[in-house]
Amino acid sequence: MLELLGDYTVQTVIMGAVLLGIVSGLLGCFAVLRQQSLLGDTLAHAALPGVCIGFLIAGSRHLGWIMAGALATAVIAAFFVQMVTRHSRIKTDAGLGIALSVSFAMGVVLLTYIQGQSNASQGGLDTFLFGQAAATQRTDLWFMGGVTLVALLVVMLFWKQFKLVTFDPLFAGSIGFPVQVLETALTAMIALAVVVGLQMVGVVLMTAMVIAPAVAARQWVHRLESMVLLAMLFGVFSGVTGVLISAVGRNLATGPVVVLAASAIVAVSLLMAPGRGILWSWLRHQSERRTIGQRQMLTTMYKLAAHHRDPYYPVERSMLDSFYGVRTDTILKRLHNRGYVAPASHMPSEGLHWALTDSGYHEAQQVLDSIDREAEA
Amino acid sequence: MACNRLHEPDLALHVEDLTVAYEGKPVLWDIDVNIPPGVMAAVIGPNGAGKSTLLKSVLGLAKPTAGHICVHGEPPEDCLRRIAYVPQRSAVDWDFPTTVLDVVMMGRYGHLGWFRWPGRRERQRAMEALESVGMEGQARRQISQLSGGQQQRVFLARAMVQDADVYFLDEPMAGVDATTEKTVVKLLQDLRDAGKTIIVVHHDLQTVRDYFDWLVILNVRVIAQGRVRDIYNGDNLRRAYGGRIALLESGAGGDAEASGVREVSG
Repeated sequence: MLELLGDYTVQTVIMGAVLLGIVSGLLGCFAVLRQQSLLGDTLAHAALPGVCIGFLIAGSRHLGWIMAGALATAVIAAFFVQMVTRHSRIKTDAGLGIALSVSFAMGVVLLTYIQGQSNASQGGLDTFLFGQAAATQRTDLWFMGGVTLVALLVVMLFWKQFKLVTFDPLFAGSIGFPVQVLETALTAMIALAVVVGLQMVGVVLMTAMVIAPAVAARQWVHRLESMVLLAMLFGVFSGVTGVLISAVGRNLATGPVVVLAASAIVAVSLLMAPGRGILWSWLRHQSERRTIGQRQMLTTMYKLAAHHRDPYYPVERSMLDSFYGVRTDTILKRLHNRGYVAPASHMPSEGLHWALTDSGYHEAQQVLDSIDREAEA
Repeated sequence: MACNRLHEPDLALHVEDLTVAYEGKPVLWDIDVNIPPGVMAAVIGPNGAGKSTLLKSVLGLAKPTAGHICVHGEPPEDCLRRIAYVPQRSAVDWDFPTTVLDVVMMGRYGHLGWFRWPGRRERQRAMEALESVGMEGQARRQISQLSGGQQQRVFLARAMVQDADVYFLDEPMAGVDATTEKTVVKLLQDLRDAGKTIIVVHHDLQTVRDYFDWLVILNVRVIAQGRVRDIYNGDNLRRAYGGRIALLESGAGGDAEASGVREVSG
């Protein structure tokens, strides 16, 4: 492990993964909350023709030109979607779909055209499809770091504007915020994040890096501030984990492993997060069912006792079983643990009996009272 | 805007020759609306009559094709701080990760500078507003846990911290419980009694006479406007709603009994 961390290439890739995690976690939150998760996908795919055009202009695999081209076509695609949805009857999802497929098709055509040329330097342009983390160089980190820093600064400076535009654009407009400018800025920054991830994760899977950390973070927290921080943390964690795993297991593509790490965080969050997780709601549902079952049992026994004019009237369990149509021993045992019922002997020829204790009698009274009160209200 | 300095300053809201069209179809057609200050006004009309559009045009959220708008004599964009707005509850995603107090503080964002973050003063103003809508106990709660009525109160509290002179509310009584409706009406009437102007897009014809003192009846064009007692009658309602309304006439004069007015849905 330590040996790995000492490796120059691994160090560079890890630093790249950290920067990518920060920028995609930060901007992904706004994309997810604005219900524009698919925008990241479209922008990433739309970067491919830009990659090819950048290559054609530079004549070689010059990263600066490739990134500039990618950013340009991604932004063009974003504007296309914005114009189409604003000025026609086409809805956002259809607009995103059209932009994605058209631009990706153009990208693949350009890619095959370049590969068909007998240019030796075209080597490895298709690595931008799924990313090639190992190709990251120290000079690339400056670019990635610069973009991350700009994104952080812009979001911090205009925090309340971005927050309000994301939550309530109508109100934001009514107090004079330039809603369109702010929304365009958020979109353009997502394009930047996508470009940062091109080298590492590639155009096809980049959207996962934008969406996954934000979706996972949303499960755990209740404030936008904490959501953004946690999403950045998740982004960094999945990036670093993915890089390390792919460095240990030979021949594993880094980008997809990073995406899988992020997806694992999403899966755990969807399942486990308190309040919103599936497992959590299931447990709460179960405990509610238990509580209702116990309350029902108490009131049944209370009414039987009242009917027989004996607060400690022993009820045979098989009678309760047949009344409810299910075995009631688990409920009775739970009530027994809470001290509300006690086993009682009646006729030796009969089965096990249960009777209310004093506290059980009292509890049943309270349950019935509260039901009465709610019925009145 | 073709609005001179202090054009019609005696009116809280002055709309002249306003036309708004979506995709070539007029939603509002050449309307004039004048609302004096210090009244609580309802804007009513059937679905698609342009009620929300009127509000959005005033707030600069919809672009008018023609005409001009003044609030207290100024174009609205020059006096945004005198205007408070309560959008429809359904306009936002209530699963957004934020707290009640946070949403109310958003009402102060327009008064803060571009780069200032809300601080203690904003928090205190927000708490006071929450108290007046009876939600001070819920300040720290997640907005996703609120009922419809509570959501509406939070929106109202946010508008109150805006310290405005003219309040625009889009269907604040839609889908809320009776207690909230009473609270909302009481608060709005208090604001009016303090000299503010309240303009409400309203959908419940039965309560118009109880709640409001000014009325604008709209159906793409202005059907009638003025004091409720002068214009709230069967003739005007029928002209706005056509066959979509069931009126129980009471005696002569074509007066619509408040209890007998019902918009026939569908």
